Amino acid sequence: MVDATPHAEQGVPPAETPELELYHPKGWWTTYVFSQDAKVIAIQYSGTALAIGLVALVLSWLMRLQLGFPGTFDFITPEAYYQFMTMHGMIMVIYLLTALFLGGFGNYLIPLMVGARDMVFPYVNMLSYWIYLLAVLVLVASFFAPGGPTGAGWTLYPPQAILSGTPGGQGAGIILMLVSLILFIIGFTMGGLNYVVTVVQGRTRGMTLMRMPLTVWGIFTATVMALLAFPALFVACVMMLFDRLLGTSFFMPALVEMGQLMSYGGGSPILFQHLFWFFGHPEVYIVALPAFGIVSDLISTHARKNIFGYRMMVWAIIIIGALSFVVWAHHMYVSGMHPWFGFFFATTTLIIAIPTAIKVYNWVLTLWRGDIHLTLPMLFSLAFIVTFVNGGLTGLFLGNVVVDVPLSDTMFVVAHFHMVMGVAPVLVVFGAIYHWYPKITGRMLNEAMGQFHFWVTFVGAYAIFFPMHYVGLVGVPRRYPELGDVAFVADSVHSLNAFITIAALIVGFAQMVFLFNLVWSLRYGREAGGNPWRATSLEWQTPTTPPPHGNWGAARPIVYRWAYDYSVPGAPEDFIAQNDPGPQHRGAV
Amino acid sequence: MAVALVLVLVVVGSILFHILSPWWWSPIASNWGYIDQTLIITFWITGAVFSAVVLFMAYCVFRFRHREGVKADYNPENKKLEWWLTAVTAVGVAAMLAPGLYVWSQFITVPDDATEVEVVGQQWQWSYRLPGQDGRLGKSDNRLVTYENPLGIDPDDPYGQDDVVIEAADLHLPIDKPVKMLLRSIDVLHDFYVPEFRAKMDMVPGTVTYFWFTPTRTGTFEVLCAELCGTGHGYMRGIVMVDTEEDYQAWLDGQTTFAQLSAPTTVGVMDADEP
Ligand code: HEM
Ligand SMILES: [Cu+2]
Ligand SMILES: [Cu+2]
Repeated sequence: MVDATPHAEQGVPPAETPELELYHPKGWWTTYVFSQDAKVIAIQYSGTALAIGLVALVLSWLMRLQLGFPGTFDFITPEAYYQFMTMHGMIMVIYLLTALFLGGFGNYLIPLMVGARDMVFPYVNMLSYWIYLLAVLVLVASFFAPGGPTGAGWTLYPPQAILSGTPGGQGAGIILMLVSLILFIIGFTMGGLNYVVTVVQGRTRGMTLMRMPLTVWGIFTATVMALLAFPALFVACVMMLFDRLLGTSFFMPALVEMGQLMSYGGGSPILFQHLFWFFGHPEVYIVALPAFGIVSDLISTHARKNIFGYRMMVWAIIIIGALSFVVWAHHMYVSGMHPWFGFFFATTTLIIAIPTAIKVYNWVLTLWRGDIHLTLPMLFSLAFIVTFVNGGLTGLFLGNVVVDVPLSDTMFVVAHFHMVMGVAPVLVVFGAIYHWYPKITGRMLNEAMGQFHFWVTFVGAYAIFFPMHYVGLVGVPRRYPELGDVAFVADSVHSLNAFITIAALIVGFAQMVFLFNLVWSLRYGREAGGNPWRATSLEWQTPTTPPPHGNWGAARPIVYRWAYDYSVPGAPEDFIAQNDPGPQHRGAV
Repeated sequence: MAVALVLVLVVVGSILFHILSPWWWSPIASNWGYIDQTLIITFWITGAVFSAVVLFMAYCVFRFRHREGVKADYNPENKKLEWWLTAVTAVGVAAMLAPGLYVWSQFITVPDDATEVEVVGQQWQWSYRLPGQDGRLGKSDNRLVTYENPLGIDPDDPYGQDDVVIEAADLHLPIDKPVKMLLRSIDVLHDFYVPEFRAKMDMVPGTVTYFWFTPTRTGTFEVLCAELCGTGHGYMRGIVMVDTEEDYQAWLDGQTTFAQLSAPTTVGVMDADEP
């Protein structure tokens, strides 16, 4: 039953679930701190994620300073470099992007966009945040642990992760990291079940699956994937904790460390890699799919045009989600696994490029004959397409097994994944914040600061990561605190590294302007009104802005159409809200 | 306008950077020119797609930017166009995958006449072992590693006695002879990486991994470790020299076997004999 026809106004099925009895907070603490309101939880998640993300950003400056000007900063020893690198990567991927897209945007947008009053299990939802916060605190604690945080790389490959040659390996660093990840997964599962059940069960009357905004589709599919992928990381973490603390040998073969025969034997380091990447590859899409969804809605709204090929877009999200579970070993082409796997995983990996390309085509075709308003959300969306296409295409190098052989573990890989899963999703995060901030706070973000932020971030990030591919092409390996003099690397590469570092510092500074804008506009931003972008989806149709507890006042909205009725011929305005019954019924309901 | 211009500049700038930048791979020194060629094909296809998409966007932004009184079109989908685009993408993907898989099958098919060379990684140095007169490497096991037997060669395996052991020193290889590099680790993951050879592979304690190649150019090449192996990872370097056949033999004659190493007195006698 596919119902993506724009004028399926007739079909408004009866409500499937009875109204939820909401928990009504009695005091300040239960309203703002131990809140069960998804919107408050969303803000708590986002605030925490941005705060810890700031730590990861500062760590990236330190790494870049070392890479651009090796030998200048005495305190950045190789140990410290690896610790910065590990914490930077892990925080960015898990504690910032996953938490922000699912815990932040998911919590804020899902109930509002599907016309629910809240998440289906508000109490569990609250617990989800507090466990996430605990996970973050454990992570932060590792900075202060004896021996410091782990320096095993964000991939935490054993055996080195739990041995003494790696920073934090024999100290508390690796233990705290594993415990923090386990906590994160527990907390995420509580939230994730909520997002899924709310989308499946909590939609308002008339909100069929094929009328949902793509934002919801993206977050929903990503959450389902995360619920399937995180258990692999969970068991890997538990097993590694056992290896480290109880002397089991899940991942540990017989080995001699620093002249000392260890008591381990019989385990498989490659098993860990399979478990890690069975989680790790879907993780890329757990970050990407919400970004795909959100950017679709931003483009459509600000180009005043329906998203092109909505049904194809939904199917592409689902197919990408499914396929991304059978490509994980493309991270392991040179891991020593059986070489025949290369044929299979290269083929699946390149096949995934097809639905991904369809999404890109449909975004740019949405612009075609649009009415493009170059607002900040639109600018960030355009920048997202540029960086995502760039990073996605370099994925075709690394996915094509034999081409990966010279490039794997070089700076080319670092450039590739930053472009595709660092810069591109972060640009969507910014676009989304400029887009929804008015709904969350009732005020617009400052435009001038926003323009500055946009241009520096977009051009700067491209200047950081595009040339970096060529550093990798020359052959510079990743995870090297310094290269020293190597015959195959020309001196000019060192100048290029210095340039990249300077660009990184400038981009970093622009983020401070953004954070300032977030705070400044809270007080001084222009009043936004309820629907400043003249958008169709339900969150813009709330009775008050910011939306009240319970979202909808007396009655939940009824949905008559999809979320993309922009510039409908003959309509009086250039958008028709999803809960607008249409000209013939207007005023009737 | 400015936005469209910047998008065009991104494309033009990227292409110019690609053409003009001095940063390109080091001249190849192995038979894996095919890999380079596949990479070049991929550059062409992906470069064309990138330019097309971004230029199309630039045109749209320029042509369809908001103007008072102009409404956007309303066209939810276009099945035919979507299928066409899917088909063209599939062809492009196949054009990259087919040569890729073909070269991969060569990459994993070791020629019969390849000589075996063992590389042993250890925090944070490279050692090597050659099969010796009998052309076979003896058994090895990490549990046998001692100060005197750093590579853990099985002393009870007769094949191991004549193995040439090169501990923490340079490796030499004869030119134009295919070699199968057998990779082994004493402690953690490492990765034997010589940029000029194009090939690399992780070394995993507990198993033996491999790759093969034929050196095609004499010279001195740097070995780097390409898999994070702890604090010294960035400093785990080594040297491989590709020699002419004569130079190689001369070098080989100066090396010590496992038997010589494990019998210190004999080594002493040998040393005295040497000029
Ligand atoms: C301007 C922003 C950023 C800069 C300058 C930056 C810089 C760096 C640097 C220098 C490294 C270490 C490279 C190496 O030595 O191998 C690194 C690693 C990494 N970064 Fe970023 N980064 C930025 C943003 C991000 C974002 C947004 C993400 C989110 C996905 C991210 C994810 C990672 C990951 C996963 C690693 C790998 C860590 C490892 O090798 O274990 N980074 N980054
Ligand atoms: Cu992957
Ligand atoms: Cu290493």
